[in-house]
Amino acid sequence: MSGMIYLIPVALFLGGLGLIAFLWSLRSGQFDDLDGAAERILYDEDDDRPPP
Amino acid sequence: MSALAADILADPAARAGEPLVAPYADCTAYVRSEKDGLSVLYLMVEGVHCGGCVRRIERTLQALPDVVHARVNLTTKRLVLKWWGGAGRAGELVGAVAALGFTPLPYDPQKLGREERQRETELLRAMAVAGFAAANVMLLSVGVWAGHFQDMGPETRALLHWFSALVALPAITWAGRPFFRSALGALRHGRTNMDVPISLGVLLAAGMSLWETMRGGPHTYFDSAITLLFFLLIGRFLDSVARGRARSAAERLVALDGTAVTVLDADGRTRAVPPDELHPGMVVLIASGERIPADGRVIAGQSEVDTSLITGETVPSAAGPGTGVFAGTINVGAVLRVEVGAVGEATLLAEIVRLMEVAEQRRARFVGIADRVARLYAPVVHGVALAAFLGWVFVGGMAWQPALMIAVAVLIVTCPCALGLAVPAVQVLASGRLMRRGILLKSATALERLAGVDTVVFDKTGTLTLGRPRLSADPAVDRETMAFAASMAAASRHPLARALAASVPGAVPPDGVREVPGCGLLLDDASGETRLGSRRWCGVDGLDEQVGAEMWLVRPGGAPVRFGFEDELRPDAAGVIAGLRDRGLRVELLSGDRRPTVAAVAGALGIADWTAAATPADKVARLQALAAEGRKVLMVGDGLNDAPALAAATVSLSPASAVDVSRTAADAIFQGARLAPVIELLEVARRADGLVRQNFGLALGYNLLAVPLAVAGVVTPLIAAICMSASSLLVVGNALRLSRAGRCQEGTA
Repeated sequence: MSGMIYLIPVALFLGGLGLIAFLWSLRSGQFDDLDGAAERILYDEDDDRPPP
Repeated sequence: MSALAADILADPAARAGEPLVAPYADCTAYVRSEKDGLSVLYLMVEGVHCGGCVRRIERTLQALPDVVHARVNLTTKRLVLKWWGGAGRAGELVGAVAALGFTPLPYDPQKLGREERQRETELLRAMAVAGFAAANVMLLSVGVWAGHFQDMGPETRALLHWFSALVALPAITWAGRPFFRSALGALRHGRTNMDVPISLGVLLAAGMSLWETMRGGPHTYFDSAITLLFFLLIGRFLDSVARGRARSAAERLVALDGTAVTVLDADGRTRAVPPDELHPGMVVLIASGERIPADGRVIAGQSEVDTSLITGETVPSAAGPGTGVFAGTINVGAVLRVEVGAVGEATLLAEIVRLMEVAEQRRARFVGIADRVARLYAPVVHGVALAAFLGWVFVGGMAWQPALMIAVAVLIVTCPCALGLAVPAVQVLASGRLMRRGILLKSATALERLAGVDTVVFDKTGTLTLGRPRLSADPAVDRETMAFAASMAAASRHPLARALAASVPGAVPPDGVREVPGCGLLLDDASGETRLGSRRWCGVDGLDEQVGAEMWLVRPGGAPVRFGFEDELRPDAAGVIAGLRDRGLRVELLSGDRRPTVAAVAGALGIADWTAAATPADKVARLQALAAEGRKVLMVGDGLNDAPALAAATVSLSPASAVDVSRTAADAIFQGARLAPVIELLEVARRADGLVRQNFGLALGYNLLAVPLAVAGVVTPLIAAICMSASSLLVVGNALRLSRAGRCQEGTA
């Protein structure tokens, strides 16, 4: 039972990381255009092409 | 200018479908300058459907020099453009988008509902925090519950309770703010709403649990408090998303009208100005097909003006120097120069808005079912809790501390979680279903008001009809005359001429036809003068006994031939009217158009109750008379003259082609040329109303079950958590039946 004293904080910390990641993604506008994001992954933009 | 005007009118559906706009409006007035000489322009782009469109627009723009940012949001169909340099390049950039076949429209981001979007983000954040806390506290609680059956030591239990408190208390304080704010606001005004019992329940549960934790008691309600908040936030968020989607679609419609006006300065130069920067005395140029932006007086030009949106009349009226014109009407003939006479408060539009506001105040007294329930619910629940406390102390002889615990337990189990979900869960499904059918619900209580409707009042022009003239069949006109008239008409952009030309496919205008503005078409050849145009200009005398719009053809040596036009009915109008009547609804027609035209439409559709030549005030008076009879009226209308009536009716509906004010006044907007959405809307509203009532029944039934247990003092945190989740799931599950039943019906509709 004594393991709980550090297992619970570890669990809460990991869960909290997930929460912070979600809040960050919300703030940085990643949920602003859900339809667009789904489609943009399909373009092969030739960004790696050497500049002309 | 005339070339542009021709382009505008090249789209035959322009009048009936979307509001008339130039292929791309002059955007210079909407460009904002940022620091370092960066210019920013916000555009709505009509016609973007998929990722391919997004990519074409972005690549085209990014290839242009000095463009630093071009990003299309596929969800909202908006484009943000940033470039180095002045506003002067806006035309070139927007032109590039237009050249791809899209319709870019500038908008002012300040005017769109930014606050509501922020509120939605706040709800989402609160929901995330509450969800995180609820999941963790629930896990800890499972441990405590299991400990009751195994032999968990009180120290371990206290540790778990302290961890729960550590997670739950900050989360409740933060995620509960939307409810606490609303409850405080209501209490400050001496009212009570659903948020008052919610806030009280959550705060008491948290406070009592903290007390129990501090004194090492066996039962805490942290899990109930935070789970309750989480469920309620889901309900709130769904509600706001459903309305947000409808709102952004409505915003797009409104922005369609936000195009710039061409002002002619004293030095003869023209410039583009947003409509709200017009001043009396300015001279504006109005191309053929453009909407007149302000009330004023024509100073040059001969044309005709389509006033159907203001008066409901289908026949365009002549406008020449000296004629007064009103904002919202459309110039259908040649270019007009109009001196702006009145803007803002002094216009006819403002007058109509005033009428509308008065009517709206009357309607604002409607109270949604959720608030009606809350008004009864809160005092009853608080009364029961108080009675439980007093009963245990004075009758049961209990000490005041445990009695207080029982009273708090009553408040916790009666906390209206399922009640809070009952309405939003149904609303989100109903509005989603309507959205797929092209109906946008703008008002939160529209569904409830629709469910009680027993009378439907229609406007004529643009609502029952498409507001688009069509040549009526006339057996007296022979084929050769017909073909000749159509070929002449093909030279003009006037709506009547276009309708005539469209009746004979492939009509090519003969050489030498010219248009006499405000009169008609003239062909002067060897055989003499041929005229196709208005009755007066063609020299035809006689009484105007015929219905509707007309054109006359006079050929050298021939008798005048008349071409009559009728306003085309929406394709399914007759079926919808019959369907409404089958459902036991009374149908009325209330139009501002002339008597014979209205009579003809009423006859064709079998509507017995009709009124013609009604002014906006007449329409409101008629609706008030119906309301005085105790009738619940659904008003369907599109014109400026309908706006006050739309606001006065119990609930109102507008087609997407309606004017701004009407779309603002209406509770719902439907798209497309068909009238069937009226029936769909009423059907969904009735089903949704039934489900909301069932949900309230379920939620109250659960309370009837749980309250006696709580009063008896046997409710443990485990029982409270199970009851609450079960009732919430039941309510949501019941609401889901709306979309399932819908799918079955769609097959048969």
